Amino acid sequence: MKQHNIRSYPGLRPFSILFFLWLYLPIAVVVIYSFNDNRLVSVWTEFSTKWYATALDNAALMGALEISLKVAVISTVCATLIALLAAIVLTRATDLKFRRVSETVVNLPLILPEIVLAVAVLILFSQIGLTNGLLKLVLAHTAFCTPFAFLPIRARLQGMSLDFEEAARDLYASPFTAFRLVTLPMIMPGLFAGAMTAFVMSMDDFITSNLLNSGGATTLPVYIFSLIRQGTTPELNAISTLLIAASLIMATLVLILNVRAMRRG
Amino acid sequence: MSKSFRFWGLVPAWALMILTLIIPILIVAGVSVAERGAYGGFTWSFDLSSYQQILYSVGWTDELEFDPKYVAIIGRTLLFAGGATLISLLLALPVAYYISQQSARLKIILLYLVTLPFWVSMIVRVYAWLIILGNDGLLERVYRMFGGADISGFLFTPGAMITGMVYSYIPLMILPVYASVEKIDPALIEASHDLYGGRWTALKRVILPLAAPGLTAGSILVFVPCLGTVLEPMLLGGGKQLMMGTLIQTQFGGARNWPFGAAIAMVLLVLVVLVLLLNARRARSQMEAAL
Repeated sequence: MKQHNIRSYPGLRPFSILFFLWLYLPIAVVVIYSFNDNRLVSVWTEFSTKWYATALDNAALMGALEISLKVAVISTVCATLIALLAAIVLTRATDLKFRRVSETVVNLPLILPEIVLAVAVLILFSQIGLTNGLLKLVLAHTAFCTPFAFLPIRARLQGMSLDFEEAARDLYASPFTAFRLVTLPMIMPGLFAGAMTAFVMSMDDFITSNLLNSGGATTLPVYIFSLIRQGTTPELNAISTLLIAASLIMATLVLILNVRAMRRG
Repeated sequence: MSKSFRFWGLVPAWALMILTLIIPILIVAGVSVAERGAYGGFTWSFDLSSYQQILYSVGWTDELEFDPKYVAIIGRTLLFAGGATLISLLLALPVAYYISQQSARLKIILLYLVTLPFWVSMIVRVYAWLIILGNDGLLERVYRMFGGADISGFLFTPGAMITGMVYSYIPLMILPVYASVEKIDPALIEASHDLYGGRWTALKRVILPLAAPGLTAGSILVFVPCLGTVLEPMLLGGGKQLMMGTLIQTQFGGARNWPFGAAIAMVLLVLVVLVLLLNARRARSQMEAAL
């Protein structure tokens, strides 16, 4: 007699398979049509890679990519350092006052709607007369990237045993030496995962970057938005496919780091 | 840890958030009661006309007339965000439950597949739906291929916007729901069967109550960003179906009415904080009941 699995429900499997197909359909469509020779996005003629050549030849696109990379790298470094310092204090200091409030404040950008924060910095920058487009983007991006860097670092610090740090201190290591030689190597996976998440969040951001867009500081998503406004083109598909590939590589790296951290922990 | 490091370690984080978040939001509150400048911008004052503008328009003889234009936008925002949250919930529960029943290895792979699209740039994900739903797009072609009538107009509808919102935020629903259904002890479901409860009784009386914390957490994680969403209404709604996010955006772009934009931003902020506070209160009362 066939044993029924009482935990299972009829239709669960086909439903889940359909769901995953739906989840990947849009990405597949963009990738497939990026190799379409035809000028019209939805009319397939033949395989071609010419739109990639067109995309890589596009000076405005490359300029936007450069701005995005600059902003993302600087913001990631700042956000990760700020998050690391805060995470060390919040996980290691005993009887700290304002611990709950401090954690909430660090995570505020995650909780509040981005459009409100974007409007807020826009008004602030116009009031203090800050006109440097790049600096405006770096400041705003550092703020909203900080919680994305903070959460994985804090998780790693909380997950590791304090014995190692105490052993180092018992052997007369200064707090800084103990941190450098013991804590830092142990939290490296969390630090990398946090930094990479912050980097991707900065590269992907549209709402804030679009509102602050001025003075030659057009980021990649803002530039792509302006292209979409002019109509869908195969070149857009090629650009999107390159971005998808980059995102997937980053996501896979973060996953590998997380799995490794889990196995070690 | 030394006293000074305990202090200085937190200073950069506090300074960053005070300077780029807390002070700016206070300024937004100030601008929302400022007077609109003649050529964009504003002059400081205490003037509630921006909030009044949400409810009333000023008629020919300076009388106030109730104008549902902006109330409709706020209502639509709540409705669409709520709809997207509900659909995400209905999709996420079976999928999360299915994942929780797989082998440890397959679980990791499936969860990775759930989060992967979330890493893809938001603008690319919304653009993909533009290709699928657009005029003469994939959906229309497939529909015609199967002998459907020559229909068009999937794009620029509430359905298109809600599809985009569900697609954008569903990983935020699946992960917490998975976390709570994964913890359900199989013995509890077996016990319900031993007591002659069928599958649906087990679902209703065992799985759903135990999944409730995950369902609530996921709903908040989806509902809050949907309230402030900008890209889906602009690209998939065609700018005709304004939501609060797009309304705020236009006030700081083309319309150049900063005080009014700031007032809408404050309304959005209050809505989000209300949702979060209500949840915090509910979570606390649940915890007290459990103790």
